[in-house]
This record gives sequence, C-alpha cells and structure tokens, in this order.
Amino acid sequence: MSPEFIIAAIVTIVGLTTPILLAGLGELVTEKSGVLNLGVEGMMLMGAIAGFAITAFTFNPWLGVLGAAAGGALSSMLFAVLVLQLNSNQVATGLALSIFGTGLSSLIGNAFTGRIVPQFGSIFPAALAKDPIWKLVFGYSPLVYFALAMIPLTAWFLKSTRAGLILRAVGENDHSAHSIGYSVTGVRYAAIAFGGAMAGIGGAYFSMVITPMWAEKMTAGRGWIALALVVFAGWRTGRLLAGAYFFGFLMWLELFAKANGFGNSLPFLQDIPSQVWAAMPYVMTIAALTLISSRGNVGASAPACLGKPFLPST
Amino acid sequence: MQTPPRLDLSGIAKRFPGVLANDNVSFAVQPGEIHALLGENGAGKSTLVKMIYGIMQPDAGTITWNGQRVTIANPKAARKLGIGMVFQHFSLFEAMTVLENIALGMDANIPARDLEAKIIAVMQQYGLKLEPHRIVSTLSVGERQRIEIVRALLLNPNLLIMDEPTSVLTPQEVEQLFIVLRQLAKEGCSILYISHKLHEIKALCDTATILRGGKLVDTCDPAVETSRSMAEKMIGGSLKDITRGEGRALGSVKLTVQGLSVPKDGPFGIALKDIGFAVKAGEIFGIAGVAGNGQNALLLALSGETPSANPDAIQIDGKRVAQLTAKQRRLSGMASVPEERNGHAAVPDFSLSDNAILTARDRMGMVSGGMVNARTAKTYAGEVIAAFSVKATGPAAMADSLSGGNLQKFIMGREIMQKPQVLVVSQPTWGVDAGAAAAIHQALVDLAATGSAIVVISQDLDELLSLCDTLAVINEGKLSKPIPVPGANIEEIGLLMGGIHGENQMGENHGETAELAHAS
Repeated sequence: MSPEFIIAAIVTIVGLTTPILLAGLGELVTEKSGVLNLGVEGMMLMGAIAGFAITAFTFNPWLGVLGAAAGGALSSMLFAVLVLQLNSNQVATGLALSIFGTGLSSLIGNAFTGRIVPQFGSIFPAALAKDPIWKLVFGYSPLVYFALAMIPLTAWFLKSTRAGLILRAVGENDHSAHSIGYSVTGVRYAAIAFGGAMAGIGGAYFSMVITPMWAEKMTAGRGWIALALVVFAGWRTGRLLAGAYFFGFLMWLELFAKANGFGNSLPFLQDIPSQVWAAMPYVMTIAALTLISSRGNVGASAPACLGKPFLPST
Repeated sequence: MQTPPRLDLSGIAKRFPGVLANDNVSFAVQPGEIHALLGENGAGKSTLVKMIYGIMQPDAGTITWNGQRVTIANPKAARKLGIGMVFQHFSLFEAMTVLENIALGMDANIPARDLEAKIIAVMQQYGLKLEPHRIVSTLSVGERQRIEIVRALLLNPNLLIMDEPTSVLTPQEVEQLFIVLRQLAKEGCSILYISHKLHEIKALCDTATILRGGKLVDTCDPAVETSRSMAEKMIGGSLKDITRGEGRALGSVKLTVQGLSVPKDGPFGIALKDIGFAVKAGEIFGIAGVAGNGQNALLLALSGETPSANPDAIQIDGKRVAQLTAKQRRLSGMASVPEERNGHAAVPDFSLSDNAILTARDRMGMVSGGMVNARTAKTYAGEVIAAFSVKATGPAAMADSLSGGNLQKFIMGREIMQKPQVLVVSQPTWGVDAGAAAAIHQALVDLAATGSAIVVISQDLDELLSLCDTLAVINEGKLSKPIPVPGANIEEIGLLMGGIHGENQMGENHGETAELAHAS
C-alpha cells in the first residue's frame, strides 16, 4: 500500500465519519434527556436540503450551515410537539419523522436538482495544506473541525455544567426532576432541538461538502448508523468519537470492496460481498452491547427514562 | 407582641377525581416548633405537604408564611421561602453520584468543589456518613435517605418537612437525628414531622396534628397523650394488640441455614459471609440491621433468586433447597416478599389479579395445561383484598394505583394466604400506617401459629421486638448469634447493628453456635 493510498483512505474515512459523528452526537444529547428520536435520517435530509437551498440563494455556505441546523431543528420540533405535548409513542413518531423528512426533502429538492452551490473554502492558509501529509491535518472542510470540537464541548457540557447535570437528571428520573422543580418538558424540547440541529448539519455535509449537488435520499441510511453508533458508544461522548471513526472505517471497507475489490491487496477478502461490510456497523453494535452486558454493567449509562413518556402525577 | 406563626394553613382543601384528599384543614406551625403530622395512609398527609412544598396547588384555603399570605407555585418557590423537604420516596437519580444528586437539589449553581466541602461540613456537624462520589444505585435505602437529609439541610431551611424519616435508621441513628432536629429547632427552624412511630413523636414533637380521611381530627400535645390514644385518633377506633395463642410451643426445626456465603454482586454490593441460623415451626425469626448490610443479598439467597453454591446451605424440613430456583422453592413450601414493592414484589402496570398469578399460580392452582385460569386468580386476589382490607377498586385495579401501604398489604396477603411452610419477608411494614401494620403483624403471628417458620428482615427494631421470638443482627454480611427476644437488651442490639463488636464474638462457626443456641 502506497502512502498516497493511505492518505486517500484516511481522507475518505474522515468524510464518511463526520456526518454520523455530528448526527450521533446530537442524538446522544437527545437520548441523555430521555427521548429516543428515531427520526435522525429524516432530520439529516431536512438539514441537507435546507442547507443546500439557503446556500443556493445566498451563495454563502456559512449561512447554509445555519440553515441546515435550523432545518433539522425545525423538523425535530414536529416530533417534539407530538411526543412531549401529546405523549405519542416515541418509536412510532420517530419512524414517521424519518419517512416524512425523506419525502419532504425530496419534494423541496425537486426545485434544486441540477444546481451547484459554492463550497467552503479552507479555514487555514492554503500553504498549510499544500504538502499531502499536512493536508491530513489542515485539508478538511470546516464541518470536520466543528464536529471534532463539539465532542469535548458536549462532554464538558454534560459532565461539568449545571445545565448538563439537569439534562442527565431529566433522562434518569423524570419524576424526581419534576418534583425538585425542573421543567422536564422544557429540557427535552431543548435536547430534541439540539439533536435536530446536529443531524441537520450532519445532513448538510452530504449536500454541501461531499458533493455540491442535491440528490434525493443522499444521506443513504447514515441516520440509522448514527442511531446504532449512540448505542455502540454506550451513551458516552469519548466512545462516540472512537466508535464513529471505527464505523467510518467499516463504511470505507464497504466502498472499497464495491469499487476496487480486495483482489490485489487482500485476496482472502475477495469473496465477501459488500453487503457484509454494509451490515458491519450493526453487527458491531450488537457485539458491543453483548460485551457490555456480559460485564454486568448494562444500563449503567443508558438513561433510565429513555423512550418513556413523561406524565406528571398531578 | 407575638411573632406570627412560621406557617399557617387555613381551610386547605384539595380534591382528586373521586376523593376529597384534604377537607378544610387548618393548623399553624410556630417558629422553632417540632410539629408532628399524623394519619393513616390515605389520610391526606402527603397531599397536604405536597401543597406546602409547592408540588400541588390547593383548591381552596390560604397558606400564610411568617404573616404573609403566599402562593407556593412550585418547589423552587418553596425553597426560596426556606421550606425544605425530605421525601419518603426519595427523588434521587440512581445513575448519578451523591454529589450530583445534591447539586441537583440546589437552586444556586455552586462549584462542585465548594459544594463537596459544604456537604462534608454538614455531614460532620450532624454525624451523617456519606461518600460524595459514590453512585446512588450502589447505596442502601438508609444511605439514600441521608442524601435527602443532607440536601435539605444545605439549604438552611426555616421549615423542614420530614416524611417518615426514621424508618430506615438504627436506634442510635434515630437518636442522632433527633439531636440534629432538636438543634435545628433551637436555632429557630420549624419542623413538620410525619411518622407512624408514635413513641418517636412523643419523644420529639411539641405538637401533633392528626388527620383522618382528609379531615383534621385533633391538634394535641403528644407529651400529654399516650401512643395508644394518638393511634386510636388516627384510625378512629380502638387499636388491636397482637394476640398470641396461649401455651404456644415451637415445633421442630423447619428452616435451616448454614454456611451460606454469597459473593458480592457488584463493586459496592455486600457479600454474605457464612450465614447460619435455624427457625422452628411456629417461630418468628427476626433479622435486624441497618440498611445496606446484606439484607437484600440474604433475601435473594433465601428466596432463590440467587441460587447458592453450597447445596447444604438452605434446608426446609431437612430437604436441601439451596440450589433450587425461586419457583421450585415456592413449590417446596417457601414464599418470600422482597423489600421493593413496586417492580420487584409487584408489577406496577399489572392488575392485582395478574400480580396474584405471579407468585400464587402453582400453589393456588391458577394455571392448568399452560393456560391461566383468570377466574381463580381473580377470586384469590379478591380474597386477599377482603382479608387484608386492601383499599382498592377490586382485583382489576392496577398495582400502581394503590398507595404504598395498601399495595404492601396486598403483597403480604398474597403470600400469607398461600399458607407457606416457610415465609421470608423483608420490611413487611415499611411505610405502612399503624392500623395496617398491626393487621400485617397479626397475620404473621397467625401464620406462625399454624406451624409455619417465618423470617422477618426489618430495619425497624421495634417491629422485630414486638413480633419475633428470636432475632439476630446482620452487619456487613455477617449474622450475629441469635438473641431470644424476651429479655433482649436493646442497647446491645443497637451496638451490634452499628457493628461495634469483637470479631471473635462473631466466630467463624457462628452457624453452628446458632444451632446450638436453638437446641438448648
């Protein structure tokens, strides 16, 4: 394997990882507040089209990202009202949001088919990314650095800030949080909105960074991988980062098996169908869950109220 | 000249669908007064304090705080006024640390390090032991309560509401708590103290307000009243003593436990170390101890939820049951009631009738050919409800629609009416009022009179002393030698509960000595 090959592989893996890292981080925060939002795929697509559309009108990808966050957050609010206000079933509502987001983004996207939007420039001086090795550090889209920066920020928020403490408390025991005097519904609205915004930015990575064009269903199921990632990570931010890059590597294997095959380099992998690689993130999630529960600490990190509606007793 | 009352309630009423929980309740709490709130389960005490703490709003009536009429919109507003509360059902977050739990109860954002220093100061001042960085799910009931108490004390309250605070403490700890409360009262803090333990109220409180069926029955001076007279005001009738048959003789040994060791179930669990005791037919054997000393592990080992490695460890009538499952043990004549009512002893979302099926299906013939006989289950649940005066709409009522005490009565009844040969119960009357507790105690005594062997694990020493023939103390997973209850020295038991004992007194073979003591 040549150095060029390795550099190309790493760049590809970073690109594959960033959207699921963003969406997964948002979903992690949502789930920490006790809400299971299965609508990640739909919110990513809504973010993708919103970001694309805003960029197409303003020619400013930064405004586009803001639009993507708003698009994802707005679509998540649809879910939030149903789940928090009307106490609808979270699983069913989340699935509905995924289907709805896919459909609505396609409908809006019709008007933008074939258009190309301006992309992000580098946030570093061009000279830094000239050398191929330095390109590995400085050569990415700003969204990649944003995703990486959000990991420690979110970890710090959850662990060390009072708001994060309250958010976790609401996810652990909504009735206790309510009886102490915290607004369970308010906290969950905020957490769902954050999850939606992050999923939206994750989706925009497809329509604004990977290709500057819009295509229907362009997130290609990555929202579901992001959901698996949160479970795989055991609701921990550090493990989410590691898991996202691991999943990114598995997705790269899938692409590589499809495009090149392992014929030259690793002949013994030649006969494995690419679908096996595509299934790997899910297989790994199940394996990780089994491993965690066999060590007897399952649930130690899963929020106790995850997926349960909050019905105050008064 | 006189200062207005700290808290003055006037004409408070609260209606729930179908129930008038509080009906025109008026009383006042003076600054520095320790005021008891007494009443049976469902008398409306919880509803009343929830309104004082701002969790609920009264439908009618006024609350006056230090002479000012106030509306307490939420618990935050209550804390702002200086009202603190220690709940009976702890509002704790299991997956979080003690420190995080306390921080959540604070309205101001205090840096973790300062808060920890404050917590340690309060703990030292009041002699409450807690490790700030332990995860709550690893703590015992008693330790969890200490979190609530520390949390409330950190707010320097002017009125502290305590809902059944002593049910999980040793006599020494209760004394210590009383010292704290008297100290607080002397500093001017009023205390509203809810308890079923009438002698505690006599020892501690200046005034007692008694509720029955949502109405105020009496406000009296506990020093003048007797425990009995207050209990009778509470239940609105005369209180029954435990009646035991005359000339009762214990039979042969029914349950033998020897060399029972169970490794700890997690980093903060308690391992059982060579537990040994024997219970005769007709005997009630008590296991005293402070929460978190292995009581749960012992109950699980006895009930069969944790099968034992040593096949001889548990025997019923000489038959080895230590490696049988809970279901097989039930078929061998053993029944058990765990400490946690909701979620362990009963499924909250199941009807009472379905909950009856869970443990009584085999012994009461509720299942035949793999099919549940719903009618038998319903009849049996109905019988339990009637026999134990469970306040429920019927066998179809959901378990979680019952108050804690009523559900406890149902669960105890469900097991007792199966007439088990051996019954193991944990905390049979925790959170249950005096009238219901007396009924449960009487049922246990009656069951023993039919020749069953009964093991009662309880943190309520008074309960064990009034109920048991013999008791032993569990401390850090070790069981003391059995002590005959007539003539038992409370001081000594209290010291054993606190773990102040010579190691050699608890010799390695105390299983053997236990048997010897019984044989003699």
